[in-house]
Amino acid sequence: MQDNVAHPDAPQATDRVVQLRGVTKLYTRGGEVVRVLEMLDLDLPRGDFVALMGPSGSGKTTLLNLIGGLDRPTEGSIEVDGLAIDRLSSAALGRWRADHVGFVFQMYNLLPVLSAERNVELPLLLTKLSRRERLQRVHTALALVGLEDRARHRPRELSGGQEQRVGIARAIVTDPTLLLCDEPTGDLDRKSGDEILDLLRALNQEFGKTIIMVTHDPRAAERANRTLHLDKGRLERQTH
Amino acid sequence: MASWLSLVWANLARRKLRLFFTLASIAVAFLMFGLLEALRGSLAGSVSLAGADRLITMSKISIIQPLPRSYLEKARGVAGVEAVASFNWFGGVVKDGRTQIPVYATEPAKFLAMYPEVKISAAETTAWLNDRQGAIVGPLLANEYGWQVGDKVPLRSTIYRQENGADTWEFNIHAIYDVIGGAGWDKGSVVFDYDYFNESLQFGRNSIGWLVVKVADPREAEQVSHRVDALFANSSAETKTATERAFIKQATEQVGNIGALLISVVSAVFFTMLLVTANTIAQSVHERTNEFGVMKTLGFTDRSLLALVVSESLLLTLVGGAIGMALAYVAAQALATTVKQFLPVFGIGLRTVVVAPLLMVAMGLIAGAWPAAIAMRLRITDALRRGA
Ligand SMILES: Nc1ncnc2c1ncn2[C@@H]1O[C@H](COP(=O)(O)OP(=O)(O)OP(=O)(O)O)[C@@H](O)[C@H]1O
Ligand SMILES: [Mg+2]
Repeated sequence: MQDNVAHPDAPQATDRVVQLRGVTKLYTRGGEVVRVLEMLDLDLPRGDFVALMGPSGSGKTTLLNLIGGLDRPTEGSIEVDGLAIDRLSSAALGRWRADHVGFVFQMYNLLPVLSAERNVELPLLLTKLSRRERLQRVHTALALVGLEDRARHRPRELSGGQEQRVGIARAIVTDPTLLLCDEPTGDLDRKSGDEILDLLRALNQEFGKTIIMVTHDPRAAERANRTLHLDKGRLERQTH
Repeated sequence: MASWLSLVWANLARRKLRLFFTLASIAVAFLMFGLLEALRGSLAGSVSLAGADRLITMSKISIIQPLPRSYLEKARGVAGVEAVASFNWFGGVVKDGRTQIPVYATEPAKFLAMYPEVKISAAETTAWLNDRQGAIVGPLLANEYGWQVGDKVPLRSTIYRQENGADTWEFNIHAIYDVIGGAGWDKGSVVFDYDYFNESLQFGRNSIGWLVVKVADPREAEQVSHRVDALFANSSAETKTATERAFIKQATEQVGNIGALLISVVSAVFFTMLLVTANTIAQSVHERTNEFGVMKTLGFTDRSLLALVVSESLLLTLVGGAIGMALAYVAAQALATTVKQFLPVFGIGLRTVVVAPLLMVAMGLIAGAWPAAIAMRLRITDALRRGA
């Protein structure tokens, strides 16, 4: 499975989840054009767990945002699960994100006024599920990250590692195809970071989630199936 | 829905002090609004309750300028006039020597016919008409001074003297009247016999303060008032006649001007309240930029975020407004007893109960609109970036 993608530019996988073709992303800042991504091609098979590394400012977050449908490419096409997401209207894109993508952030990004339980419930408010069904799912997700006993705690009553686990529970509660993590251990000590990585690994192996994880930590990258390097707007693949 | 509402409230409650000040400013605005409306309503109420068929004739110069007694009979003869009664302002001071109360000398039988809303029993009527020293008193005064039927009450005049030099008259209370179905007469005055008064006077006999004229047909009130004034034109005491309604309106106009002033004050208070509320919401939106980014990431639509912010603003004005209106209700109840002598129908009216929530909603929408638009327009990537 690790080697069925010989080169990011040469897709062979039949069951692709992510397919980027000629993706370019430019930002204009003060009349100056910043070329962040340059003619990028990428294929990810279903069930992959990729680490995305690269120097600061190399465009890792930008790439993740494009794949997750938070932003649009300047040029090129992005398909996720066979759907050309760059052509969706922003309303349709919002619905698509809610159904198919889970995001995990470096700073956890939980709503401080809501309990862990209610934070995890948040994405389910967009579904037609009854309150009972929602709570059921919330508790399954919290149990999965090992935080069932903290359901009623507010984010500030939790440790960083626990907050991030709530963040992961929120990302998986809708059972998305794709899990996008932007430096999920970046703000954690080694022990908590390892626990998060164990959790992501389990989600990948036991639940078949396709995961893209941006990281600066080579040790974290080692936990993934393989590592992609982004530099000067281009991708280089590196397997370990 | 319950989850949504608790999210809305949790967002408001995250800065307790700010929430308190904002609610207080909204509550004060609505408190003032409620009281002003009560005042306006009661002014309008007094005017509309006044008899449409009664005219008041007074000296053209001023109401304190007396008219000759003979005008009573002369006015009776004017076409379209059904009845006439005369009134004298006695300037009555109660026993404590300080408090002045409204005391009128009139013709008892004519008075009762003129003001059918003033109710006393048939037996009391007979007793009063048969005692020249008799008087009837309003329930507010009876309450205040503990007067009862059968009491002998001395009242000092600030204007008149008796022949023997005394300034105090004694009256026998024959009835405590009630006022039902109109407001031409108030509940806080003393009414007694003109003849008793007139005959005992040292000076100023056979003069009256003003006339109250009842017209046969209220639609002719205007013409009749012209006829009365024409009758006394070019005499030594010319008259000015107006409907009781116009008279009360004129008397309350000064209060009405205060009302206009209050309207501008309340408008200013509302404007300030709007700024405070909009600022509170805008600050809160600004602080939560990152959270809006997260919610959009999760798939919340621009519209649902707009709705979230507007809901917060609405909940704020509704809660603050409800507190303000509750305070206004309590304050109006307390004030009503104090002012009921002048404003018999003082209180929070139905109109206010309907208008206040509409105002709260309008204020909430206005205050929330701009911050909500900001939240709605946030680009996800920018919002997430700014929060980090
Ligand atoms: N909205 C934007 N407007 C202008 N420039 C932007 C914008 N977003 C990103 N950039 C620029 O694009 C480049 C890539 O940013 P990005 O956040 O993707 O980098 P990154 O690899 O995630 O960096 P880091 O490791 O520090 O998180 C940077 O030079 C950044 O300044
Ligand atoms: Mg980044």
